[in-house]
Amino acid sequence: MSLLERESAGVVMTPDNIRTKHMPLLVNLGIALAALAVAAAVVFGASIGNWVLVVALGVVFYLVGLQIVAGRIEGRRAARDRMWKTLIYAACVLAILPLASVVWTLVSKGASRLDGDFFGSSMNNIGARDPDGGAYHAIIGTLEQVGIATLIAVPLGVLGAIYLVEYGRGKFATTVRFFVDVMTGIPSIVAGLFILSFWVLIVSPWFNNGTPRFSGFAASLALTVLMLPTIVRSTEEMLRLVPGPLREGAYALGVPQWKTILKVVLPTALPGIVTGVMLAVARAAGETAPVLLVAGGAASINFDPFAGGQQSLSLFVYQQAGDASRYAPARAWTAALTLVAIVLVLTIAAKLLARRTSLSK
Amino acid sequence: MAKRIEASNVSSYYGSFKAIDSVSMTVEPKTITALIGPSGCGKSTFLRSINRMHEVLPNARIEGSLTIDDQNIYDPDVDVTAVRRLIGMVFQRPNPFPTMSIYENAVAGLKLNGVKKKSVLDDAAEQSLKAANLWNEVKDRLGRPGAGLSGGQQQRLCIARTIAVEPQVVLMDEPCSALDPISTLAIEDLMFKLKDRFTIIIVTHNMQQAARVSDKTGFFSIDKTGDPGRLIEYDDTQKIFSNPTEKKTEDYITGRFG
Repeated sequence: MSLLERESAGVVMTPDNIRTKHMPLLVNLGIALAALAVAAAVVFGASIGNWVLVVALGVVFYLVGLQIVAGRIEGRRAARDRMWKTLIYAACVLAILPLASVVWTLVSKGASRLDGDFFGSSMNNIGARDPDGGAYHAIIGTLEQVGIATLIAVPLGVLGAIYLVEYGRGKFATTVRFFVDVMTGIPSIVAGLFILSFWVLIVSPWFNNGTPRFSGFAASLALTVLMLPTIVRSTEEMLRLVPGPLREGAYALGVPQWKTILKVVLPTALPGIVTGVMLAVARAAGETAPVLLVAGGAASINFDPFAGGQQSLSLFVYQQAGDASRYAPARAWTAALTLVAIVLVLTIAAKLLARRTSLSK
Repeated sequence: MAKRIEASNVSSYYGSFKAIDSVSMTVEPKTITALIGPSGCGKSTFLRSINRMHEVLPNARIEGSLTIDDQNIYDPDVDVTAVRRLIGMVFQRPNPFPTMSIYENAVAGLKLNGVKKKSVLDDAAEQSLKAANLWNEVKDRLGRPGAGLSGGQQQRLCIARTIAVEPQVVLMDEPCSALDPISTLAIEDLMFKLKDRFTIIIVTHNMQQAARVSDKTGFFSIDKTGDPGRLIEYDDTQKIFSNPTEKKTEDYITGRFG
């Protein structure tokens, strides 16, 4: 008698029959329908809710029924497997639902103002009774502010990450890493206040005959503060994933460290770095509070990011959504749709670019 | 130009841990030297000390002197990248650069060190790939990724990459341990060919391989875990494998140890 047989007699490790019965699909569907029917009867019978509750309750009943019936037909192990699989699919659908809902809402409500006027004009001289008006100035503002912020944050962030991974040893590196982590948690309004008190109120008067002024550039600086930690952390993780033997392989060829980093380590990590940068860009493009605080928003087109108030798409959405005019909500929806589309296009473009430069034939 | 290497009383440390204890040996130019011994006895550490790869790891340091044609490579005014250009290295696992094509991998050392002329690069790629016995297999697909080759081909690509920069010494750290017998044979043939031009030092766990390819063999061992590794015996391969002086060497070679 083996140890297994003696200690756990109930476990059959070498079954004589290796075939198993499968529950037919029809039974499965039957259980689903029955569960829905029972749920409907319970909910509408007691009149405690609408069809949403019916579906939710139906799923619970379905899982329980499935477990019981499948357990009878297929055995306990197979039934448990089936139940968990169903649960995972349900969770997946649940996770996708809000996303699909957001996209559907944006498209259906934002489509009404997808016209030339929206993309070709600003809100200058548009009163509460005017149905037209557009977000041209806001699109310009978003592109300029996020563009400048990216131009500042990407080199700084990537260089910082390279320092942390390739050179940073000891106390200083630990301190830098700690403060980057702390920065990740900075609320955007705090970043806006920081730039307001530092750049707008202290530095900008030097360039403007002593008078403080709003500017798109100030918004860029605030967005930079928000983008930096995301870029540093994601780049750092990606650089750490580059195998050490790859670096050693380059060193063994007599390649200096800086060139190894530039030509071997960075290209290897590039796709991941691009993903991290795009996450940061998407976050920055959606920030409203800092732009409101330091760029002020504007109704007219301002191409110059260094002088005067500037609008941005997210701020435009915020202002139009709260506007009393009956034409404002449509503008807000279309602007939100535009913002999502811009971020999507940028992300896809960046990924294609990163794939093109790396070798994949 | 192959060079002679002389190590005297080399001790390598990882932080406070002493990995090898005063190793002294002389490697003549244009020979193949095999380093054998049980795992963890410091063969690889010693090998990595020869091209200053040891110090890449944090807190790693070395004592003693290592000279290549009478220049101490650990002198403070020595440029470490120059040392590594002189002494190439092939690693245990093939490590072709994943973002580069076969061609770019083969000439990576030249390109990254500033050689730009296309004719020079083309020439070097063909020469080194031919020397590494890889040319016939890859000549029609030089633009494909280097990481797409088989393990044995990747390792030969790494050897091609190493000899393309024309070092004087080639260090090999168990270059065949991840390869099948046919690829291993290809690399051993290659070592015989390269012997005319380079000094080769190879770490191997395969004693038949050491006996087949090397002119001289060094046997490393440790007394117990945590002790530093020592060079027990260093002599002609013929003598080590037929009539070793030390009892320990004989035990290891006949399989009565480790």
